[in-house]
Amino acid sequence: MAEITIIEAVNLAMARALENNPDVVVFGEDVGVNGGVFRATDGLQQRYGANRVLDTPLAEALIAGMAIGMAAEGLRPVAEIQFMGFIYPTIEQMICHATRLRNRTRGRITCPMVLRAPYGGGIHAPEHHSESTEAIFAHMPGLRVVIPSSPLRAYGLLLAAIQDPDPVVFLEPKRIYRMMKQEVPDDGEALPLDVCFQLRDGTDVTLVTWGAMIHETLQAADQLEAEGISCDVIDVATIKPLDMATILNSVAKTGRCVIVHEAARTCGVGAEIAAQLAEYGLLSLFAPVQRVTGYDTIMPMFKLENDYMPSTERIITAVKKTLEEA
Amino acid sequence: MTNEDKKCVAQFEIHYTQLLNQQGELVGALPEFAASAEALIALYRTMVQTRTFDTQAIALQRTGKLGTYSSSIGQEAVSVGIGSAMRFEDVLLPTYREYGAQFQRGVEMSEILRYWGGDERGMAYHAQPHDKAITVPIATHVPQCAGIAYAMKLRKQPRVAVCVLGDGATSKGDFYEGINVAGAWHLPMVIVVTNNQWAISVPREVQTHAQTLAQKAIAAGIPGEQVDGNDVIAMRHVMANAVEKARTGGGPTLIEAITFRMHDHTTADDASRYRKQAVVDQHKLLDPIDRLRKYLIQHHDWDDAKETALLEACTIEVEAAVRSYLDTPPAPPESMFDYLYETLPDALQPQRDEVESLGKLKRGGDHNG
Ligand SMILES: Cc1ncc(C[n+]2csc(CCOP(=O)(O)OP(=O)(O)O)c2C)c(N)n1
Ligand SMILES: [Mg+2]
Repeated sequence: MAEITIIEAVNLAMARALENNPDVVVFGEDVGVNGGVFRATDGLQQRYGANRVLDTPLAEALIAGMAIGMAAEGLRPVAEIQFMGFIYPTIEQMICHATRLRNRTRGRITCPMVLRAPYGGGIHAPEHHSESTEAIFAHMPGLRVVIPSSPLRAYGLLLAAIQDPDPVVFLEPKRIYRMMKQEVPDDGEALPLDVCFQLRDGTDVTLVTWGAMIHETLQAADQLEAEGISCDVIDVATIKPLDMATILNSVAKTGRCVIVHEAARTCGVGAEIAAQLAEYGLLSLFAPVQRVTGYDTIMPMFKLENDYMPSTERIITAVKKTLEEA
Repeated sequence: MTNEDKKCVAQFEIHYTQLLNQQGELVGALPEFAASAEALIALYRTMVQTRTFDTQAIALQRTGKLGTYSSSIGQEAVSVGIGSAMRFEDVLLPTYREYGAQFQRGVEMSEILRYWGGDERGMAYHAQPHDKAITVPIATHVPQCAGIAYAMKLRKQPRVAVCVLGDGATSKGDFYEGINVAGAWHLPMVIVVTNNQWAISVPREVQTHAQTLAQKAIAAGIPGEQVDGNDVIAMRHVMANAVEKARTGGGPTLIEAITFRMHDHTTADDASRYRKQAVVDQHKLLDPIDRLRKYLIQHHDWDDAKETALLEACTIEVEAAVRSYLDTPPAPPESMFDYLYETLPDALQPQRDEVESLGKLKRGGDHNG
């Protein structure tokens, strides 16, 4: 079996969903003939037709609103927003409607839609093409927020998102779209949408992260290993709802926790994890929880983006700080 | 009931202006400004300057010295026409293909390069106090343009706000909201839709079923018209009329400038995936620079010597800008905090300190190793 990248796994999952379920419809800006600006939908229009894989007019509120309408009629819309920086016009549709259809109608009308968008920095892109604002969506009750970080998880989680009966925002870490390859069996198997992935077992400290930061975090864990420090590494992946049990179990073992995310620090998803550690895991902790995050600045343009995003060195420093406490 | 039985309560027409045809022949009444060789040569010079700049910027991107870049090649007459019809005290809200207008308004080539080189200082426009920076989130600047125009109106200033957007951008709510209020409040603004036939891979006719984009103005209760956007004389003429009308209390206008995107959407795009080169080649015959050159040769003694001298001057100017860009000392990383607020809140000082010390470590390290 050939090894594929994350972006190819995203494509494979959509193809599988289109193949298996006639209700699946894929649409967004430039997703048709062009196959998406990152090629996520490459070849899908040729294979599944322009009725099921469509270019929309340039209008993000429209894209989200149409997805809600289609979902309410029982279709399984998979809508693409070209970059997360252009997702903001969808917020009204998502918070006022996607999240509420089920609640508002006491279950009569539901909203099984997926809103996909590439997100995150590190590809030397222009202004607005690099931010990580998953926390905005994580704050919306009734929504799921999912971020894959490997080809296998991209395939399984996207299928799960498409099959899920509720709205899912599916954010793809574009910096690692083509960074790694894995064998991904096209078996149509979905992954669970509410468990974290334990990437590495360790005893001294728990590293919690998601998205492209998996890469720096694993690098830090490797370097620390060489110094005799053993890290548990958790890929949260399902940002909302959050699987705190896995994180709490790990911290019960290690007593230390470092949370790593690319997004700005204040009110980032890391703040929620730290708060729950304070609520439910405080007695396991030997040291204060550390966060290694983007800063509370506008995501700088690319000349300074590496100074903004958490580096392996910053993660290592934070780990060592937690180990300074007895 | 057939339409014949119904009373017609409103009727509209969309007019199109072309003054120079594809061969550079005059096909309409020459506007007053265009009688002057100097004025026409100034337009020609800015178009050539802009194309020289675009060509060089693409080359910089291809050699790894610039980030993603969007060129205005083939669309120079639109932006040059816009810029030439505005006064310095007016306000331009550009997208990423209006370099010709920006250069006329004091934005420096080296600033545009810094911007695409991933440096915020490329948006500081130190010789241009009024204009907004390039807007990337499509059409979000149209309502802002209305706000700027309202401020001008409230203060009774004889100024005009001009926003420029693409054909794709006219599908977005912000566009409709902005032109609607422009009409409702009779604002001193001009909306230029650069119809270059493509929004990345989506052709104009897939974007909307409307016969023209100019007619979208009708629904907003404002005049809309089309102009040949590859005819800089017509472009400047139509633009100047709209700008002066707005300036003198006549209200807003929407101008649809018909042109063609000759290159990939940006350097990150590959247009061969979705359009045929033959179609692009056809549009080469409509080139705005060639067209005005033919006219200048016919009517104003333009010749090879003048052409060569102009190309040389433009190359020298662009090369100087490239040098200035490449020689720009890097911004200190902690500067990412320095324009968030007028004064940095105490709460952010520790983060700034961290970035500063990590930056020193890293850059010190770079130096030694
Ligand atoms: C709100 C928003 N959505 C998507 C994008 C990505 N994008 C950049 S340019 C573009 C097409 C714009 O087409 P058009 O308005 O015709 O302008 P042109 O690029 O042709 O000048 C798209 C979809 C964006 N910048 N902003
Ligand atoms: Mg266009």
